[in-house]
Amino acid sequence: MPKPAQWDSTLASAIIAAHSSLDGAALPILHALQDEFGHIHEDAVPLVAQALNLSRAEVHGIVTFYHDFRRDPAGHHVLKLCRAEACQSMNGARIASDLLATLGISWGETTPDGHLTVEGVYCLGLCACAPSALFDGEPIGRISSETLADVVQQARAQ
Amino acid sequence: MKVFVSSDTASLALGSRRIAALLAEEASRRGLALDIVSTGSRGLFWLEPLVEVETGEGRVAYGPLEPDDVAGLFEAGFQEGKEHPLRLGQLEDQPYLARQTRRTFARCGIVDPLSLADYQAHGGYSGLERALLLEPLAIVDEVKLSGMRGRGGAGFPTGIKWNTVLHAEADQKYIVCNADEGDSGTFADRMLMEGDPFALIEGMTIAGLAVGATKGFIYIRSEYPHAYRTMTEAIRVATEAGCLGSSVLGSGRAFTLEARLGAGAYICGEETSLLESLEGKRGMVRAKPPLPAVHGLFGRPTVVNNVLSLATVPWILTHGGQAYADFGMGRSRGTLPVQLAGNVKRGGLIELAFGTTLREVIEDFGGGTATGRPIKAVQVGGPLGAYFPASMLDLPLDYEALAAEKGLLGHGGIVVFDDSVDLSRQARFAFEFCAAESCGKCTPCRVGAVRGVEVMDRIIAGIEPEKNFTVLEDLCTLMTDASLCAMGGLTPVPVMSALTHFPEDFDTVPRTPAAAE
Repeated sequence: MPKPAQWDSTLASAIIAAHSSLDGAALPILHALQDEFGHIHEDAVPLVAQALNLSRAEVHGIVTFYHDFRRDPAGHHVLKLCRAEACQSMNGARIASDLLATLGISWGETTPDGHLTVEGVYCLGLCACAPSALFDGEPIGRISSETLADVVQQARAQ
Repeated sequence: MKVFVSSDTASLALGSRRIAALLAEEASRRGLALDIVSTGSRGLFWLEPLVEVETGEGRVAYGPLEPDDVAGLFEAGFQEGKEHPLRLGQLEDQPYLARQTRRTFARCGIVDPLSLADYQAHGGYSGLERALLLEPLAIVDEVKLSGMRGRGGAGFPTGIKWNTVLHAEADQKYIVCNADEGDSGTFADRMLMEGDPFALIEGMTIAGLAVGATKGFIYIRSEYPHAYRTMTEAIRVATEAGCLGSSVLGSGRAFTLEARLGAGAYICGEETSLLESLEGKRGMVRAKPPLPAVHGLFGRPTVVNNVLSLATVPWILTHGGQAYADFGMGRSRGTLPVQLAGNVKRGGLIELAFGTTLREVIEDFGGGTATGRPIKAVQVGGPLGAYFPASMLDLPLDYEALAAEKGLLGHGGIVVFDDSVDLSRQARFAFEFCAAESCGKCTPCRVGAVRGVEVMDRIIAGIEPEKNFTVLEDLCTLMTDASLCAMGGLTPVPVMSALTHFPEDFDTVPRTPAAAE
């Protein structure tokens, strides 16, 4: 996964300006900011508010409504594990809780070495090859504790 | 030689990219010219990753492949479709596919998703060409005649929705495609967008002509990054070719499209929440009326339809509404792309006329559970759908038949569970999911879901079970009657079905309280 850029308000303003003419621009802007900086920096909120003629509270409300938008940086790698029914039916909940226990973290947390963030997600549309995951955006089907151990090793190696 | 490898997300999840890379390597080692066409998936996931090779007798498939199998394929002469232990023959001859009625998914897995020429060679754009010759009302009437009901889950007749938008007066109207396919056990929208994106583009264009809308949005959930990329690229290709833009196919009539990414909120699959999100707001559900057909995106009349509904429209226009209506049962006309998932041997995409029973789908197509243990429960219609016991598998897939059993068809997802499932935990999960994903606007859903988790924890722990069952039923009645939308209103469906059909899982013997998994 490419390393996110350091916060830079000039760059952020340029990103905001590039999207602000879209209809309903808030989500495209926030996605673009997160793609660049890895999270929604708190200094981004007033910039977005000003560009869209919204209050800072309104922008804060949007950022916090959606699960995707982070207010803090993630680890170098992100593993999203599906927690929904189809994956439950294939022992996904146990596989996930074992992994979290091994790593010593809870859902949404990052390993102390900063290498891996593990997030729960409700359905990746890979229900016919459950349980499933996304590792840095790439799908993995029929996961097992062994597959996940490989993923953790990969995350630590890079 | 020409081979076809799927880059559907599920195929990628099973290793298709690595197989394609190894095929290319092995071919170059042998000095063979290899043309790898990247397609969508046919939806026979237990056979994937697979490769199809073009031969004089059609496409011959080999699968499921492990990386080690690749060299052996060349040795065996798979280039000419020769014998190999993993040779499947033509996929069309597989009973799983041969027994289906593919309408919406006719091209998926066959064509190159981003080749407009391929799309047109397989019948693409003939629906739009016909629509361009018709008056708007005649297009709407054709869709009405098809009897198609919205495939997103609510099952509202598509033609009637279009009729309302057609007759609404406004300076601007919109077509919005709901591609926020969040139900567990469903993946048909994703497969369609990744495997046949032009069908959706054509369907939306026809919808635009029918109701007088010149602008469309496709709202795709962020959990589907590959679908979003394919759709965005397909829109670019269609626009460059003049299939979208200020003069669609040179007709002088405008229709433009934009794909938009959601941000991880299940509730945005609810149409009014989706519209709020598209407008750049929190995805809070709106009270209805006014209906989106009258007061939709940015306050303008808006058609909001599911991916499958819109992608089926070109077939209806090409073949006529009656031809579509000839399939199905009762008031459920046409075909339903069933998504078979979870603990099942042969999961995949199964498009069938309405009326097929759950048993035919799960046993004949699915081959029973993946673990080989007995089926205990099936959840039909996503996280807001009912859990049915194995004794009810003769239920037909039909909106009314499932509703009569206090269930729902939803978006056509079926999740199979073996006998290791504990339905009291599934009931608890239904509330937990609702608590995590509620938009928070109405109290029954926002607070009820949290109370529901607490009540289920007490029942599971065996604390005052009789009193807590009374609270549970009362809570479910309240959420059903008083929630603003289907999220809170239908969360009681999985809960009450679990309680009704699996009372033994709610026994009063104290057990370990549910861990905060």
